[in-house]
Amino acid sequence: MKVKLVYFAWVRERIDKPEEDLDLPDSVVTAGDLLQHLKTLGDGYEAALQYPEVIRVAVNQEHVDHDEPIAGAREIGIFPPMTGG
Amino acid sequence: MTTPTIRVQRENFDLQTEIDRLTAGRADIGAVVTFTGLCRDEGGSLTALELEHYPGMAEAEMRRIGEEAISRFSLLGLTAVHRYGKIAPGETIVMVVASAPHRQAAFDGASFVMDFLKTAAPFWKKEHLQDGSAGGWVSAKDADDRARDKWITR
Repeated sequence: MKVKLVYFAWVRERIDKPEEDLDLPDSVVTAGDLLQHLKTLGDGYEAALQYPEVIRVAVNQEHVDHDEPIAGAREIGIFPPMTGG
Repeated sequence: MTTPTIRVQRENFDLQTEIDRLTAGRADIGAVVTFTGLCRDEGGSLTALELEHYPGMAEAEMRRIGEEAISRFSLLGLTAVHRYGKIAPGETIVMVVASAPHRQAAFDGASFVMDFLKTAAPFWKKEHLQDGSAGGWVSAKDADDRARDKWITR
């Protein structure tokens, strides 16, 4: 599955890019699977996703839980807990 | 059907202008509650906060929160504006205006929107420090999660 990934805040800084297009293996089914897959792509990813339980995932600009499937996603956002307001 | 007015922008906003927009030409509003969030200097250690956001999703999430507030508290109007970019201490970061026939709904509406905006709208704050160093990303606070959760358990 081809998908656009967008990163924000310290996730973006550690991965060292704001976005990228990736072709995901079929074994990646849920948002949690995606985080585990990304962790294997290099030191920056490993540093960004060291504690995947704190990372938030959005599919097509809507929050999803880690156990939700990402099938049909065009854009997946990956970022730390939000601190606006 | 009341729809929220949502904006994400670099420039400052004017509270009175936003209040006037919500109240102009109507006689059914009995209460307007506004909240304004400002950048603190944290005891003099901070020169600026840098606000990053997820373009598109920030607006979409604020809209979802605003629609929920209108429906839940029967608001007559709701405006939320959030700034991004570098913001100096004393400058504004966020503004919420809620209007309703009576005050409790307007207070609750503004409070609800802020509690969810802080925990669900995709914005992140980075500190710029007085000593010239970049500082770090502001950590999410458990107190903000608890403030949000009180609306869920009610």
